[in-house]
Amino acid sequence: MAHWPLLSVLIWLPIVGAVLVLALGRDARVARWLSLLVALLTFVASLPLYIGYEAVAGGMQFAESHLWIGGLKAYYGLAVDGISVALIVLTTFTSVLVIIGSWGPINKRVSQYMAAMLVLEGMLIGIFAATDALLFYVFFEAMLIPMFIIIGVWGGPRRVYATLKFFIYTFLGSIFMLIALIYLHMKTGEFSLAAFAAAPLSATEQAWLFFGFLAGFAIKVPMWPVHTWLPDAHVEAPTGGSVILAAIMLKVGGYGFIRFSLPITPDASQEYAWVVIAMSLVAVVYIGYVALVQDDMKKLVAYSSVAHMAFVTLGIFISLALVREHANPDAARLGMQGAMVQMISHGFVSGAMFACIGVLYDRLHTRMIDEYGGVMNVMPWFGGFFILFSMANCGLPGTSGFVGEFMVILASFQSNPFIALVAAFTLIIGAAYTLWLVKRVIFGEVTNPKVAKFKDLDAREWIVLGSFAAAVLALGIYPKPLTDLMDSSVLQIVNALMLSKA
Amino acid sequence: MMLDKSILLTIVLAPLFGALVAGLFGKRIGRVASHSVTIAGVALSCVLSILVLYKLVWGGAEVFNQNIYTWFEVGSTSAHVGFLIDRLTAMMMVVVTFVSLMVHVYTIGYMAEDDGYERFFSYIALFTFSMLMLVMSNNFLQLFFGWEAVGLVSYLLIGFWYKRPTAIFANMKAFIVNRVGDFGFLLGIAGVLLWFGGSLDYAAVFAHAQDPSLDMASRSVELIAGHPWQVATIVCICLFIGAMGKSAQVPLHVWLPDSMEGPTPISALIHAATMVTAGIFMVARMSPLFELSETALTFVLVIGATTALFTGLIGVVQNDIKRVVAYSTLSQLGYMTVALGVSAYSAGVFHLMTHAFFKALLFLGAGSVIIAMHHEQDMRHMGGLRKYMPITWITMWIGSLALAGAPGFAGFFSKDAIIEAVGESHRLGAGYAYFCVLAGVFITALYSFRLLYMTFHGKQRFVVDPVKHHHGHEDPEHHAPGHLAHAPHESPWVVTVPLVLLAIPSIVIGFLTIGPMLFGDYFGNAIFVREANNVIGELGHGFHGALAMILHGFSQPPFWIALAGFIVATWIWLFNPRIADKAENALRPLHAVLANKYWFDNLYQAVFARGGIRFGRGLWRGSDATLIDGAINGSASLVDQVSALLRRLQSGYLYHYAFAMILGLILLLGGSWWVLTRIAA
Repeated sequence: MAHWPLLSVLIWLPIVGAVLVLALGRDARVARWLSLLVALLTFVASLPLYIGYEAVAGGMQFAESHLWIGGLKAYYGLAVDGISVALIVLTTFTSVLVIIGSWGPINKRVSQYMAAMLVLEGMLIGIFAATDALLFYVFFEAMLIPMFIIIGVWGGPRRVYATLKFFIYTFLGSIFMLIALIYLHMKTGEFSLAAFAAAPLSATEQAWLFFGFLAGFAIKVPMWPVHTWLPDAHVEAPTGGSVILAAIMLKVGGYGFIRFSLPITPDASQEYAWVVIAMSLVAVVYIGYVALVQDDMKKLVAYSSVAHMAFVTLGIFISLALVREHANPDAARLGMQGAMVQMISHGFVSGAMFACIGVLYDRLHTRMIDEYGGVMNVMPWFGGFFILFSMANCGLPGTSGFVGEFMVILASFQSNPFIALVAAFTLIIGAAYTLWLVKRVIFGEVTNPKVAKFKDLDAREWIVLGSFAAAVLALGIYPKPLTDLMDSSVLQIVNALMLSKA
Repeated sequence: MMLDKSILLTIVLAPLFGALVAGLFGKRIGRVASHSVTIAGVALSCVLSILVLYKLVWGGAEVFNQNIYTWFEVGSTSAHVGFLIDRLTAMMMVVVTFVSLMVHVYTIGYMAEDDGYERFFSYIALFTFSMLMLVMSNNFLQLFFGWEAVGLVSYLLIGFWYKRPTAIFANMKAFIVNRVGDFGFLLGIAGVLLWFGGSLDYAAVFAHAQDPSLDMASRSVELIAGHPWQVATIVCICLFIGAMGKSAQVPLHVWLPDSMEGPTPISALIHAATMVTAGIFMVARMSPLFELSETALTFVLVIGATTALFTGLIGVVQNDIKRVVAYSTLSQLGYMTVALGVSAYSAGVFHLMTHAFFKALLFLGAGSVIIAMHHEQDMRHMGGLRKYMPITWITMWIGSLALAGAPGFAGFFSKDAIIEAVGESHRLGAGYAYFCVLAGVFITALYSFRLLYMTFHGKQRFVVDPVKHHHGHEDPEHHAPGHLAHAPHESPWVVTVPLVLLAIPSIVIGFLTIGPMLFGDYFGNAIFVREANNVIGELGHGFHGALAMILHGFSQPPFWIALAGFIVATWIWLFNPRIADKAENALRPLHAVLANKYWFDNLYQAVFARGGIRFGRGLWRGSDATLIDGAINGSASLVDQVSALLRRLQSGYLYHYAFAMILGLILLLGGSWWVLTRIAA
């Protein structure tokens, strides 16, 4: 394995594939098959990463490093730990399903759509594999471009507003991050994350850097109160765009907190952890109530994403509090693992929810809840899947949605039972908005005559929803392989948190 | 001797297998195959559960406590899937699988004309799996899994007829109200992990709780500075909030009456015999924790007593046959909870068991009546059914006698034990509880016999006119109330056989088991009671066998109170039905209170449902759209305005640019000169 640059292959295979798809994909069928082939190959290529990663040893593996911009001492540096492996496999898995899912609904400029998806996949893998901050930043910004195109070209009627909002919002955040990175470069003379983490920084420096990172990543996650771009982006995005956005792009924010904020500014992170924790708790309650009153399915699920991602930020920063203030590294590991499991699970669950909405949208071309009703009568299989994913969204044990939230709540309780109390409110409000959606869309008599003509899932939709369902159940019934994969990496991060830099 | 792990796995997995086959392939393999595979699975579980019970009680098998697999392991925190099989568990397994088997068989008849036949079998088998996971668990994680899984199946089954607006409202309500309980339950589990030794396994937690050197009873924590709270109290009240949701205790009881929207077999299985008793089972299982906190037990006691009396009262004014039984279930769950509250856990569990048999019987009997009446559930349109359906009639009498606590019947033993235990207890609130449970005896007799008289006795209050109606079982609105297409008749054998098989234990099970279960060593270490709280032990001194207890029963207040209830009910509903209407008029305010169920539903609907929606709208429109997006769009338009100003500079006239350049140059040079002179000075 050592001589085979697996990570580079994973990044560039879909991007080169995208070029091929553009070149050869005049015929929509060719474009579809070719892009599926590329995505499948990438997925298969990501399996050796999972199998070959030595979880017990932990640390960074599969490293590659080449000087990239000599003057800046910027490297093309790639390596992965357990956390990155999990996120990369999530990316390659979801990408395959997104490409299959887009076969039917996307009819214009097929090759370009597929190419954009593949480029996006490559960029995302790059983000999760980069060990050099500049390289990370390049991927981080570059991934906006294919997403911008996907929403802007194949999106809904208000796509221009949505894309601008999406782009400006996220770009604004990353500017602050860029300033932070430039400062760190001036300080250390290089761009490697390891050097950044090792650099001694005063409390004031850390505070400025922390808020620089916070601006970049909080918008990405997105955290309350900078979440308002997400519902608009989702509503206008085509199904595939929404799935990728929810399942993977949001994870970049959480990943950023773990890779940048915690190791580079641990003391400031501790000092301002309460800010992030408070924002997360507000998100759970506030966003829960906002989700309850949405008339648009996609907006509802988008808001529910914000509420669920709050468990990621809560888990990350509660573990900091646990390490620093309660000297309880065990619970800290639980919180951090919970955050990570929640990221992976949310990838499956929200991806599946958006895929389900896409299935409905393809039939009726509306996302308005009150146009539906009684779908169970005409699409029993779909109804079954929808209920399963809804239950995962409510965090029912036995589905993946439970695992992360359970761990984060257990860990939060050890820091402060009142934090756990507010977080656990998701059990009630999450069930309320999700089941009310199910009641109005799936159950009841068919009232809309167009719904009465619905056909149940076709084979292609079956594959997509069935794969998501398998993942949701597998992770819910037996999460140990995932937690084992990430365990030593999480331990390293938690151990690093104990060291002060100031 | 050890129990065989593979037997235990088979007990759990056989119903799951049946559920998956019937659920995924039901339409393809057909009705007979679907019900065969699920019934075979549950029957296998039932037989093996009886075998396990036999081995534990008579075969000298040791308590089984093993993990099956590790769910996750992070640092010192680990979660497993595993089984703890002691006599408490074994009893629950037998009750669950036996009642489930009866309900499976009964369903063949009850759902015969329903399109969702296969789906129904899949759900009830899945329920059996979930409930077994719950009772067989050896740790809090799996307990919570089973807890939520039975909630899910309950949700699916209440909404089984998903076209009915009332059904899909009821199932959503049930799930959300249960989630309120689970919210407390989850926090309780988190508290257990934090304060009781960092483990989720029962054995380790209980060992920690009972370790005298740790003295957990006096351990307290200041969650709010200056207010030390006993940790056991916090944990137990949180856990009990979970039980209040699942076992429908006031004020979280509101979902259970509405759950009657589901088909009757599941009302019997889930909402009477098994799932709703999960809370009782859980508290009994956690007795080593609850014993630490006097405060928590008082809380349990008061909630239980309130539920026992006040929900029973509502039952007296209901006209829907299933709702009467439902309110009776609420009231009986209150009795069980009262028993837990006075540390008489074994009495609570004992009542759980007897109740499972006679209440399942009553529900299935009610279902049999409903089939005969072509899905008419209003007792005002029944009457005189005894001559049409003798088996249902007699078994319903047996069930009602057991429920009312007629001496010798199963319910007599368990309810009397609870009442006496409350009388024996000195716990704060025991006086109030004693009043509630005694008054409840009168109420129980009143609604039980009212149901029997209105349904089976007296004048026939329906008309049989075959010409006018086609009959469609699916749709109750289809019929004019009180009109039947053809005369009611006794249900088929798949319905009556389960009735008979449940009637037998409803008569004898109390007599046979009270000795060992309450006053013997049946539960062993499964239930822990501190010596000072041991009211059952006190009662045991006066216990001289079941027969003596029956004879003794005739001289006790509960018997006379129940008899009074029976006489009043007979006098009114058998002989003078007019009096009921007169009483209703005379006591109009009281009737309004009961008919409106103390306005709990209205209150919750107004505050939590409508209030929540209003709150959400306010946040969305007020905060998200106006404040946050206002700021974002505002800053965007600010940029727009600034750039509009800047754009004016780019006028395109050369002399403007030239002027600007000269101005800039002057400023730059002047500024530099100014700065440099300062530095030089």
